[in-house]
Amino acid sequence: MSPSSEHRRILDDPEFRSLVLTRDRLSTALTVVMLAVYFGFIALVAWGRGVIGADIGGGFTAGVPIGIGVILFSIILTALYVRWANVRYDALVDRVRRDLGEGHGS
Amino acid sequence: MAAETPAFETAIGRTNAVAVCFFIAFVVATLGITWWAARRSRTARDFYAAGRKISGFQNGLALAGDYMSAASFLGIAGMVALRGYDGLIYSVGFLVGWPIILFLIAEPLRNLGKYTFADVVAFRLHRAPIRAAAALGALFTVLIYLIAQMVGAGTLFSLLFGLPYSWAVIGVGVLMMAYVLWGGMLATTWVQIIKAVLLIGGATLLVVLILVRFSFDPARLITAARERYGQPFLEPGGLVENPLDAVSLGLALMFGTAGLPHILMRFYTVPDARAARRSVLYATGFIGYFYILTFTIGFGAAVLAGQDVIRHFDAGGNMAAPLLAEVLGGKAFLGFLSAVAFATILAVVAGLTLAGASAFSHDLFVGVVRKGHSAEGDEVFVAKLATVALGVLAIGFGILFQGQNVAFMVGLAFAVAASANFPALLLSILWRRFTTAGAVASILSGVVLSSVLILLSPTVWVEVLKRPVAIFPLKNPAVFSMAASFAAGILVSLLKREPEAEMKFEDEKLRTYLGIGAD
Repeated sequence: MSPSSEHRRILDDPEFRSLVLTRDRLSTALTVVMLAVYFGFIALVAWGRGVIGADIGGGFTAGVPIGIGVILFSIILTALYVRWANVRYDALVDRVRRDLGEGHGS
Repeated sequence: MAAETPAFETAIGRTNAVAVCFFIAFVVATLGITWWAARRSRTARDFYAAGRKISGFQNGLALAGDYMSAASFLGIAGMVALRGYDGLIYSVGFLVGWPIILFLIAEPLRNLGKYTFADVVAFRLHRAPIRAAAALGALFTVLIYLIAQMVGAGTLFSLLFGLPYSWAVIGVGVLMMAYVLWGGMLATTWVQIIKAVLLIGGATLLVVLILVRFSFDPARLITAARERYGQPFLEPGGLVENPLDAVSLGLALMFGTAGLPHILMRFYTVPDARAARRSVLYATGFIGYFYILTFTIGFGAAVLAGQDVIRHFDAGGNMAAPLLAEVLGGKAFLGFLSAVAFATILAVVAGLTLAGASAFSHDLFVGVVRKGHSAEGDEVFVAKLATVALGVLAIGFGILFQGQNVAFMVGLAFAVAASANFPALLLSILWRRFTTAGAVASILSGVVLSSVLILLSPTVWVEVLKRPVAIFPLKNPAVFSMAASFAAGILVSLLKREPEAEMKFEDEKLRTYLGIGAD
């Protein structure tokens, strides 16, 4: 399909552009954070045996909350993105689709 | 046998009436669903994508079901039980790919594609070469994963019930074909959802029973493990003695998830990108919770069943969770958990087969042979033929590989997915200058390098082929094969521009970002 003038107008719309930019930046930033946390964990496993095995009181060693922490952190990061997208992103999607006179859904 | 068995009476290895009852109930229920789904599946969209009527929550459960294979349940619990902290590296690694899917893949994938991830790669590029290469990557990943599951099924059920190996393999193959052939994606999705609920429920119950023994104080469980197996149990050990190997394994686990065809295909079953997004959140939550449970189960098995007993039944530790279930809940709970493990394999195998059949029919048959135009009926018919072919192949290879060490095959599937499928998919979504030649180069170098390197690695060259020294030093090739695949895709694209593809990139932003015009 070739873009109509209507499509062109949205592509050039400053709000669309800024939101696309925000989303690209957010997803890149979150990806980098996730990579850093996971490979930080791998580095700790590879070189930080003492840290993982350190006693942190109450019978726990540091490695247990660290490992479970990485899992919980992944879930929280996912939730943050979904929350942002549900509020900010979907509002724009709905507005543009309304402007185009398209119904929602396929 | 009795001589080396530490005093332990078990029902493992015998036909278990409870297991048989649960298993029959599961088969009857799922065949009932298949019958129900068959009446609702007519079009190609029904067959491949359940009519796109699955909700975000349902798809989240189904994604979790597709992803939590018996290998990850029994395997990780066993690894934790026998190797302690090392097992947690896998628990964590298998989860961290999910946020990446959400941030980079899920929404554009849903907006740009129809049934397979090749739809997305081929969106701006030349159809035939991309379809052929992407189908090769997808089919290769699916087949390796499928064989690993079939061998796992045969081994597991001869171990659990004393059932002949080939019966289990044939049984899994035939049931799986029934789900896919008649019920398509709708039946496969509901089988997946039921299995996910059973698996998460069973694992939760197991953990509650463990914690009862330790007055609901996890610290007591950890202390008990340390008292019995010493400090090394709580520290990383031999699994990752080489840091580069650890990074390579990490890359394969993380990005392989985002390149598994049966996972990617699930995003087409929901109505739109926002449902796709939500389904990842649910899936990540369920899978994360489940891996925290398997970690606890591993510790519980080490303490309550004991490593010697676990090793006695299976050197790889796969019997850790079933043994623990028997210790805590007797023969009935063992039976329940065994039936859940069977349901798990069955569901994963069905999802894999459907993904393989769609790569064959939608990408190879329609995209290459029919040059992009085919009657819908023909496409579904070919997909069903491919389902039968894959089912027969899976049964055949499953029986052929009896007794072989196939643990490396799941690792290989993840390495191929991370090296062949993921780079081309990501570059086609993100990079304007990506070209047809670049995509083909990326996929092919990923497939070839990851499989050749794994053949030469210690996992196959030494452990399977019994040669003294491995030619390639790392156990997992992803760090090289994935980097090479990205490099090939980028360099070949830079060599010669494809103006048409660049133009489309700009024009299709409305579809990528807003879903306008999405199927």
